[in-house]
Amino acid sequence: MEGISSEAFVLGCSAIGAGLAVIAGIGPGVGQGIAAGYGASAVGRNPGARGSIMSTMLLGQAVAETTGLYGFVVALLLMFVKPLMP
Amino acid sequence: MSVLTQSASDIKMFASSAENLDFFIEGYVKFKLFGQTLYITTTHVCLSIVFVILVIFALVANRAIRKADPNKPPKGFLNVIELLVESVDNMLVSSMGEKHGPRFANYVGSLFGFLLLCNLSGLLGLRPPTSDFGVTFPLAVITWFMIQYNGIKYQKWGKLKSLFEPVFLFFPVNVISEVSTPISMSLRLFGNMFSGTLMMALVYGLIKIGSVSLAIVWPAALHAYLDVFAGVLQAYVFTMLTMVFIYNQIGEEA
Repeated sequence: MEGISSEAFVLGCSAIGAGLAVIAGIGPGVGQGIAAGYGASAVGRNPGARGSIMSTMLLGQAVAETTGLYGFVVALLLMFVKPLMP
Repeated sequence: MSVLTQSASDIKMFASSAENLDFFIEGYVKFKLFGQTLYITTTHVCLSIVFVILVIFALVANRAIRKADPNKPPKGFLNVIELLVESVDNMLVSSMGEKHGPRFANYVGSLFGFLLLCNLSGLLGLRPPTSDFGVTFPLAVITWFMIQYNGIKYQKWGKLKSLFEPVFLFFPVNVISEVSTPISMSLRLFGNMFSGTLMMALVYGLIKIGSVSLAIVWPAALHAYLDVFAGVLQAYVFTMLTMVFIYNQIGEEA
């Protein structure tokens, strides 16, 4: 560990942690894809209800997105606010 | 709650390329109030620009409506205003019903207009005010108070009782789910808008050969997705969630 200052070490580990935190984006991606797929099949079955299917789907996707955004916010905090910095 | 406020000297800790990044909130004017050191930041400036645009639009629209002749079909600018009002009314009626929808038109309409203009202000070269958690959190708190107020107004004691359902032991979980509503709403808006701002800053700041920026013309395509699409969608989602949460509290019986 010679030659590495503790600031640089914490900064590097924070960057790794930020990278790990945005893995949280996988879940919402899968969830939104499933929602979009079912939305498309619902529109195919009943094209008349396109508007309400669309708004329901977008709302569900927005809610599903939240967990991914939590990961993103954690990554941001690690990168720019640096709470672990000594 | 300016989580991401940093002075320029703090940023120097990054690699040298980070100096080109232009998405931090900066303090322009420093002043003291009640012993606290406060700043007029980028967010304040951008918010006031958005505010001025909205007020001017409202004044012009008000004049146009006053001068309008109700016996003639509307045209031009008046048509646009009618379109806006009608679309907000339709949104309200379709998600909150005939009876309760129009009562929330002023809050939901102004919220949607404000969020739309805030999110689209990235196109004007401003830093979108909604990519500051200090803007989105108060908005979500206002919505939360409206949710709670309408819940108590329409459900009376049922609102308190619903905290203890299905059994008494669920009280802490229910309280957490109530309190997490504004946090998740504000973080959703903030996260989406800030990710757009951050990505645009990376594109504008990092791609350089020597001192020549390569980010010419083509980032407009990214603006179309990150600012226009995500911005309009998130403004819609925030107002939609506001309406859905309030309508959940009003319930069927009213």
